[in-house]
Amino acid sequence: MAKMNMIQAINSAHDVMLEKDSSVVVFGEDVGYFGGVFNATEGLQEKHGIQRVFDTPIAEGGIIALAIGMGVNDLRPVTEIQFSDYIYPAFDQIVSEASRLRYRSGGEYWAPITIRTPCGGGIRGGQTHSQSPEGIFTHVSGIKTIMASNPYDAKGLLISAIEDDDPVVFFEPKRLYNGPFYGDPKQPAQSWENHVKGEVPEGYYTIPIGKAETVRSGSDLTIVTYGTMVHVSLAAAEMSGYDVEVIDLRTLTPLDIDHIASSVCRTGRCIVVHEATKTGGFGAEILSQIQEECFWKLEAPIERVAGWDIPYPHAFEWEYFPGQGRVLDAIKIVMEG
Amino acid sequence: MAPNDGNKLNVPAPRNRPGETPEFDNLDIPNAGAVSRPDVMMDPKEMFGYANSLIRVLKMNNKAVGEWDPKLCADDMRKGLYDMMMTRIYDDRMQNMQRVGKMSFYMKSRGEEAVSVAQAMALDDKDMLFPSYRQQGLLISRGRDLLDMMNHCLSNSRDNCKGRQLPIMYSWREGNFFSISGNLGTQFCQAVGWAVASAYKGENALSATWIGEGTTATSDFHHGMTFAAVYNAPVILNVVNNQWAISSFQGIAGGEKSTFAARGVGYGMPGLRVDGNDFLAVYAVTKWAAERARNGGGPTMIEHYTYRADAHSTSDDPSKYRPEDEPKSWPLGDPIERLKQHLIEIGEWSEEKHSRAIEEITALVTRKYKEAESYGTLNSGERPEVSSMFEDVFKEQPEHLRRQRQKLGV
Ligand SMILES: Cc1ncc(C[n+]2csc(CCOP(=O)(O)OP(=O)(O)O)c2C)c(N)n1
Ligand SMILES: [Mg+2]
Repeated sequence: MAKMNMIQAINSAHDVMLEKDSSVVVFGEDVGYFGGVFNATEGLQEKHGIQRVFDTPIAEGGIIALAIGMGVNDLRPVTEIQFSDYIYPAFDQIVSEASRLRYRSGGEYWAPITIRTPCGGGIRGGQTHSQSPEGIFTHVSGIKTIMASNPYDAKGLLISAIEDDDPVVFFEPKRLYNGPFYGDPKQPAQSWENHVKGEVPEGYYTIPIGKAETVRSGSDLTIVTYGTMVHVSLAAAEMSGYDVEVIDLRTLTPLDIDHIASSVCRTGRCIVVHEATKTGGFGAEILSQIQEECFWKLEAPIERVAGWDIPYPHAFEWEYFPGQGRVLDAIKIVMEG
Repeated sequence: MAPNDGNKLNVPAPRNRPGETPEFDNLDIPNAGAVSRPDVMMDPKEMFGYANSLIRVLKMNNKAVGEWDPKLCADDMRKGLYDMMMTRIYDDRMQNMQRVGKMSFYMKSRGEEAVSVAQAMALDDKDMLFPSYRQQGLLISRGRDLLDMMNHCLSNSRDNCKGRQLPIMYSWREGNFFSISGNLGTQFCQAVGWAVASAYKGENALSATWIGEGTTATSDFHHGMTFAAVYNAPVILNVVNNQWAISSFQGIAGGEKSTFAARGVGYGMPGLRVDGNDFLAVYAVTKWAAERARNGGGPTMIEHYTYRADAHSTSDDPSKYRPEDEPKSWPLGDPIERLKQHLIEIGEWSEEKHSRAIEEITALVTRKYKEAESYGTLNSGERPEVSSMFEDVFKEQPEHLRRQRQKLGV
């Protein structure tokens, strides 16, 4: 085992797969010589060659179309979209093409591509470096959607994504790259150094796509969450005085509803937490499926904690971000009515 | 399948990397004055040569020569020089303030000041500007109060963008300066839309837009070019080729295979290629394009051949991907220095006046900055009202946002 932060773990996943499979190629804006604006691909071009790790023109739609074409011709492309706020020019290629290729061709063609992209706020990035657009992709049939919350999961899930024959959009909450973030910007920044999930094997391992993980066990209520909000929820659970169970979804689609339902049916109470805007967010889908599975076991209405339905406002980052206080309020409502 | 050794994946790479000596001897740079000035209504089909040459006015001996010399009066040139200096001093100050935590982010335009300042001067104030994030000189040349620019960058209580946008993503309606987006290229075809509306209304105003050479790869660039050509829109489409797009050299945007100006010709419009560090040349080509557009000649694409002399932004470290002394080695020099030397050469400026101007501008920037800070910074002092973050999502605040605001308790 080695100590790794999330960037190093992601870098290592690329490295392992470039080593293991000669059909793996890695590309995106600034990912080649420079190693990416977050250093996720640092050193990989030098080690694996410019033909396997390279820079692309600034055209996200082109990057994904290129990946689809390469994938159809036997390669296994791993792409980086520099910020998920810049994924929209690629929307048509992802939604109309990659997602449906297998289906529309009766299984003759498919897109074995991985689309990595940093998401989320908390870094003072303003409206174009802070968005959480996962809900736009979870709505589309034929795409798998992942959001890792720690180095260990990030590496294992990324390797699974690369090996997966279907298109995967792999969200990386950038606020977690260097350490867990518990939602209070006034606290000193944490590192992954002393966190169990900062222990990462150097070699190959996978974490299955489609499996959630219970990261805190409890009997009073269940918080269902993913990404940065896993850590914020854990901190709020700690402070609440209740015996809170916290589930990290890790994969959003396909959703591990059985795992969620068995917890909520047991606790009878639930809060769904995400950073993305509320209306039409993925939380609505989770909530609806829980209602289908657990309605007769519920003892209180399910609460949702999410970003406000506004663009990410630069100066009001911490009024916008759903921090510990908002999760605690929800816990109170669910427990005390 | 049978192997074919001749078929190899090509990934362009720049000539020099960190630790190496920058080499620019392969650049084909014609002499100042070598390129003729065509009639403003010339058929684009006959203009291919302009896209593959380089329009230059200022010689290295500081004289202005050739058909493109705009013959500006000394006062206008001094205004241009002053505004370029102001842009640079403003940039330096703001970057320093970012370094000490007064704002979240900053981007300088060092080395590219002629592009924005000369172009703003060559256009009319009624002409609409759709810039990228590296044309702050447009604002300065059009006379925006530095205080307002600073208030925006500090996201303070007087920020006209109400704290909602990253620093440097200015908006200034009064000055016909469009709201800057953080998403690359999106404004390019919007500028065409504005110009089409001007034609629809039968007005005399045109629009101008700017994108980096890296951003010519976006589909938005091609939308802009196609729509401008199809509707013969009165628009000036500027590509600022500053050689770098963060860490990617211009070859990654296709600059090794043809010039960026040549793209204009491909779409059926003139593509002019200009020395972007030559204030007089930039001014002259812009005047040409504006006259053409106002005469019904439609769009012109201009490639400004320049160099990004500083980091991409405060988040960037160029020593990781290009030789440290590459900016100093750029063969077309520095735009401020070149105009300054020209003015000295013709007896209209001096070293003493220059030093005094630097002092004057520095004092002004310092004074304005102090005042701006008194209205707050990102992390201290006054801010816009928190409740205002729920406004302007729509013209009228819908009920669900009113409830969310109440839930936040503001
Ligand atoms: C759609 C989109 N993709 C990626 C980015 C990230 N990004 C910001 S600036 C930049 C480089 C732009 O280079 P260029 O167009 O040459 O302009 P310059 O910075 O040199 O002025 C990139 C990739 C973005 N802002 N928008
Ligand atoms: Mg550039």
